Amino acid sequence: MASKASARSPLATAVLWGFLAIWILAAAFPFVWTLWGSFKVELDFFSLRGWQNALTGRFTEAQTGSPFTGQAYEAAWLREEFWRNALNTLIVTGSVVVISLTFGTLGGYALARSGYRYAFWILIVALIFRAMPHITLVSGYLLPFFQWGIWGSIPTTVIVLVAINQPFTLWMLHSFFLNIPKDLDESAMVDGCTRFEAFRRVIVPVMWPGVITTGLFSFLLAYNDFAVTALLLREENLTMVPKIASFLGSTQVDGEIMLAVSSVVSATVPLFLLVMVFQRQIVSGLTAGAVKG
Amino acid sequence: MKHGAFLRFIAPSLAAMVLFIALPIVSVLIQSMHAEHEQVLKVVENCVPFAGCTETTSIDQEAMRELREERPLGRFVGGDIYAGRNHLAFDSVGAAWAASDGIGDFLSRLMNLRFYKALAFTLTYTFVVTPFCIVIGLCVALALNTLPKLLKGPTIFLSILPMMITPLIGGLVLYWMLDSRGILGSALIYLTGDPGLSLKASPVLTWVMLIVYGVWSSIPFAFVVYYAGLQTVPEDTLESAVIDGASRWERIRYVIIPHLAPLTTFIALIQLMDNFRVLEPIVSFSAEANAISLSYAILNDLRGTETALFGSAAATSMLTIIGVAVLLSPVIWRTWRDFTSRNAH
Repeated sequence: MASKASARSPLATAVLWGFLAIWILAAAFPFVWTLWGSFKVELDFFSLRGWQNALTGRFTEAQTGSPFTGQAYEAAWLREEFWRNALNTLIVTGSVVVISLTFGTLGGYALARSGYRYAFWILIVALIFRAMPHITLVSGYLLPFFQWGIWGSIPTTVIVLVAINQPFTLWMLHSFFLNIPKDLDESAMVDGCTRFEAFRRVIVPVMWPGVITTGLFSFLLAYNDFAVTALLLREENLTMVPKIASFLGSTQVDGEIMLAVSSVVSATVPLFLLVMVFQRQIVSGLTAGAVKG
Repeated sequence: MKHGAFLRFIAPSLAAMVLFIALPIVSVLIQSMHAEHEQVLKVVENCVPFAGCTETTSIDQEAMRELREERPLGRFVGGDIYAGRNHLAFDSVGAAWAASDGIGDFLSRLMNLRFYKALAFTLTYTFVVTPFCIVIGLCVALALNTLPKLLKGPTIFLSILPMMITPLIGGLVLYWMLDSRGILGSALIYLTGDPGLSLKASPVLTWVMLIVYGVWSSIPFAFVVYYAGLQTVPEDTLESAVIDGASRWERIRYVIIPHLAPLTTFIALIQLMDNFRVLEPIVSFSAEANAISLSYAILNDLRGTETALFGSAAATSMLTIIGVAVLLSPVIWRTWRDFTSRNAH
């Protein structure tokens, strides 16, 4: 919009940019502050005497001899074995992404290519399922899972997260496959391919941009989940997010809250990198449904 | 695509959704009509030589275990849980209505009942956060659109962080700053001059704090959608508006906002669905004393101190699902109308 239509007075520009600066500060400062504070001791980061201590690190220096300390990280990762939870998160999110995308591409492709009315209704039902608060579903799982003896294991949680993720994955991949011309796979079928061969040889090679975008959101859902993982996993199988929540319960002990601070920072780093690398895909994925539909 | 092929392609996805979304809803319905077994008591006679015999009553653990194995769901109670004190509490509502002298008094009495307390917070949160995030998101998108190209990328990156971050973590990060020992909390104490000020002290402040978190974490979604929409505003229309002498505000009001209207419906729909399930911030802010949501009430029942209250959790879940259905009904109604009118022609 670099034309006359976007010409404006300097005052309006100043107001707009000032507003934007405030928003950016609100959006980003909390993370910077927590990162900074995670290298301090509790008395500095949660200071009753004044916030300046968090900047100068008075008590951190008194206790450890240097204004920055890795104590909180050492305590979380080594003493509390947070690496186990990080490993569990890796296993859970990795499996959820792979399985969701496999199910989702097959289903999304079928929905995009079927002209029948039931395909429409499946999408509507999926939208209703998408709206179900996750915890209401969890309250339906717990008792049966206890009875069948499958509560607490990682595979159970993975398949539950895959299912919860399906409505969104189906919607997204369905609208993506609609944009791939029908002629492509139909001409392959005229040449003698079965439907599945046409999908594998013609559609699979061109579907990766849509699959990557959808995969990012599957990753975020599994990585960020609290309701399902907190209630369905046994203590030793806990992923990072419910583990952080369990640190909160023990914060009465001196210094324990710093465990939560350092593990929060640790769990945020992968998300930062992900957003940095895939920013374009995330933004286009969020808007795909809106702008087209 | 033929029916057979369609079925084969969609089977895994459909099976996952039926098994883990549709059936659990049925399971919730069944559980909501069963309560925990009543305790089986047994009387044991203890006889001590020369002191005589005393009778003590205790819970018969073995009988309880057998009962649980035999009927794991508990005993059938029909709609009793729904009508009971922790849910719709008809008796207490009736009593509150009779005792209250006006609608305000009645509502404040209702807030002592767990379900209504959770419903009130959930609805307030949903219907305050959604409009705020739409308005501020639009402003951020309009402002960002005026930035030089080079600055746009990094600004978008920083702007979408609150949404991408794990909700529990986002809540904690804000809470640690707003805590009376945190940087913003101390700033507030300094500004108001009240050393005892704590955001957790009163229900009103706790609600405000949770809503601030909600708006903070959902602005990015509205902003990203609007920003993409702004890229598709027809340049011609804008230029003709300029030629007709429209001011900047008039252009926004009469060209840009109507162009973005369908996106607003989409954002509102997604935000209503997501805000209605608010759970994590209450855990992060340890706000349960002053604010609980429907989801939090369910979590609390499932993590019950002694035994999980499956019946109670299930009843709240059913009521929540009904709430979601009510929220979605305009959308479903419109889709249905469009669909039938399209087929009628």
